[in-house]
Amino acid sequence: MDTNTAPIQKRSFGSLFRSDATQQILAFAGVIVLFVVFSLASPFFREVDNLIGILLATAVNAVLALGVTFVIITAGIDLSVGTVMTLSAVMSGVFITVWKLPVPLGVLAGLGTGALCGLVNGTLISRMRIPPFIATLGMMYIAKGLSLVISGLKPVYFNDTPAYATIAMGSIVGSIFPAFPIPNAVLVMFVAAIVAGLILSKTVLGRYDFAIGSNEEATRLSGVNVANWKTAIYALCGLFAGLAGVLMSARLNSAQPALGAGYELDAIAAVVIGGTSLSGGEGTILGTIIGAFVISTLSNGLRILSVPQEWQIVITGAIVIGAVYLDQLRRQKS
Amino acid sequence: MTDVLVLMEGIEKSFPGVHALSQCRFELRAGEVHALVGENGAGKSTLMKVLAGVYSKDAGRILVKGKEVEIHSPRAAQQLGISMIHQELNLMPHLTVAQNIFIGREPRSGVRVVLDDKTTNERAQQLFDMMRLKLDPRTKVADLTVAKQQMVEIAKALSFNSAVLIMDEPTAALTDTEIDELFRIVRELRDKGVGVVHISHRLEELKQISDRITVMRDGHYIDTVATQDATIDRIISMMVGRVIYESTPELPEVPSQKVVLEVKDLNRGDVIKDVSFTLKKGEILGFAGLVGAGRTEVARAIFGADPIDSGEVFVEGQKVYIRNPGDAVRHGIGYLSEDRKRYGLALKMDVESNVVLASFGKFLGALGWVNNIKTRATAKQFVEKLRIRTPGLQQKVKNLSGGNQQKVVIGKWLTADTNILIFDEPTRGIDVGAKSEIYRLLNDLAQQGKAIIMISSELPEILRMSHRVIVMCEGRITAELEIADATQETIMKYATQRGAIVLESKGNLTVADPR
Repeated sequence: MDTNTAPIQKRSFGSLFRSDATQQILAFAGVIVLFVVFSLASPFFREVDNLIGILLATAVNAVLALGVTFVIITAGIDLSVGTVMTLSAVMSGVFITVWKLPVPLGVLAGLGTGALCGLVNGTLISRMRIPPFIATLGMMYIAKGLSLVISGLKPVYFNDTPAYATIAMGSIVGSIFPAFPIPNAVLVMFVAAIVAGLILSKTVLGRYDFAIGSNEEATRLSGVNVANWKTAIYALCGLFAGLAGVLMSARLNSAQPALGAGYELDAIAAVVIGGTSLSGGEGTILGTIIGAFVISTLSNGLRILSVPQEWQIVITGAIVIGAVYLDQLRRQKS
Repeated sequence: MTDVLVLMEGIEKSFPGVHALSQCRFELRAGEVHALVGENGAGKSTLMKVLAGVYSKDAGRILVKGKEVEIHSPRAAQQLGISMIHQELNLMPHLTVAQNIFIGREPRSGVRVVLDDKTTNERAQQLFDMMRLKLDPRTKVADLTVAKQQMVEIAKALSFNSAVLIMDEPTAALTDTEIDELFRIVRELRDKGVGVVHISHRLEELKQISDRITVMRDGHYIDTVATQDATIDRIISMMVGRVIYESTPELPEVPSQKVVLEVKDLNRGDVIKDVSFTLKKGEILGFAGLVGAGRTEVARAIFGADPIDSGEVFVEGQKVYIRNPGDAVRHGIGYLSEDRKRYGLALKMDVESNVVLASFGKFLGALGWVNNIKTRATAKQFVEKLRIRTPGLQQKVKNLSGGNQQKVVIGKWLTADTNILIFDEPTRGIDVGAKSEIYRLLNDLAQQGKAIIMISSELPEILRMSHRVIVMCEGRITAELEIADATQETIMKYATQRGAIVLESKGNLTVADPR
């Protein structure tokens, strides 16, 4: 028999590297380049406050993108994460401000709302065979509408419960290391990323995530209950959207029902820039985080250079296309 | 008397439009290698997929170890001790070899949700050692050759320690050494009491490895014989049967000697190997062979639908470079694909649109405006000429019968002024009455001077219509026969050959090793 000549997979720091690392390296290089360029272009960029600002700005999008990563790996998509995030924030607000329940319960309500919406998405997709694009598009409208209905079209403020805002803006790290006043939102982002990374690389759910994306029919024929696992994956995505909702409303100290729509695009952009393929079967959490940083670094730097916001959006679009094109080239070569 | 592991009786299975299995029977004993043979569409894979839980039977009984069972899913089959290696690889390319093998039953660590990859890799390694296969369990399946991927499928099936192992064309992509290794494993399993079903077209191999052979034809069970008692010729004649023509065969007129198409040394990967042939004006050249022999691939390569690695094509003596179907049409070549609904017609459009689909250029006025008067006239002309039965030119093509749909496709290529027509399974899915109309049409076209290549898996059709017959097997041309020399048995013999291939080049007979 021939000896195997295929390369052995990299195993560095176990959990977070999963597929070919080239795309992550490229994305990371992108962040470094942006950093250098903006640092040279403006002295304000490198100030600690600004850097913390970048971290904070990334947090909500990154958490959203973590959930979306799981869905895209199955070759699916979730367009509802933005409005589900808002709905979760609104529910959180209702629990805490209107029904006067304790803050932890409110947080759970937010997470639960997100997970429930994800569960509905998953059921529509795997049992009713509605294409993911359509099912989540419908959910996007439903969640948006429900946010407005439940909130009565007005923002819900958390002024009575200052503890809520500390979820995002307090600093546990700062209280232990006063030199690093890193907001809790950033901590939540990194913890969520590590958990997501572990789920993806070490658990059954992660394994079936890749299997379904790689060859759904073969996975089904191997005896795996694909319908159930797909539903679970969309529910997980919803859970992350719920977490993002809690984070965002804690940052703003209010749940804004009009916000949210449009956030899903930044989340998908982060996932794609990070090297996860829309055709499924591969992707990494690390890539998604890097992708999220590319977007927020770019946004921040351009703002500091007084580039109008409209142009930032144009440039982000160009980067998404560029990143996917580079990825396509890389794939075709191998 | 050895135990009967599996008994299938009276199995019926239909798909929309196709009665795939009729009253099929199959018996598997413990400790035997039982070969299952038949032509394309005989129902071999379908019958075994019923046993493996991929399809559910419409009627009939299945008994496993004497007990009647219902097998509703692949998992249910696995639990009964039945596993199947499919012809189409069922692997997840992005996952590693070990992950693929143990999908659905991964070893877990202390915490039930966390996977134990180390143990998974170890168990896979043990499996490979048993199979004497040198493979790193951590390799991604996408990085393997097709042959190695097939070995992974085999390893996966073996890991279930099943009582029944079904293999569907397992040797297709393997080298001789690998086949010997596979057979060694199969014999070991047989000696351990496992019942092995081996579906294959390779009759010489089956003579080597099997104990009994069951023949199927057209969805029916024909017979079961002991391997040592059966000759290959006898098996072949059971496979093809004796078909009585409905009417006397229509002998096509003798064609001219003018060569309109010449193909030299066509190669594409593993699917087309050194294919060379000529086609004359007014000739019907039949292409026979089994599914996967490469006939459609050759047609698509000539037509520019697929790229080629090497080879030359000459139309009317001139060398041509056909890189896409547009080029082919410009050189007068038309291709009527196997699956006319998927590749030949725009089902939701009407008859008129479909007829002019390949030649819009001829019907355009200034600024690309479509001249509807012209398109209507042309479509009407062909509907009459080809006797297409349709309520009107505006009828949506998907509402026409199979035979009439096929005529619309023919009309399309005639409108495009093509002189070289490649028909791929022209009468598939068409009832007997409409079939003879298509045959008559083909003869008319040949008499008008068109040159026709007719790819068909129906041997009576090939024998009835062709002036010459080319037989392909696994990407190569194995025979070129004048119609007088062609019989069903001869064609089947060349279609199932795998060993020494006989090449006819410029009158010399040479024997070449396919590897």
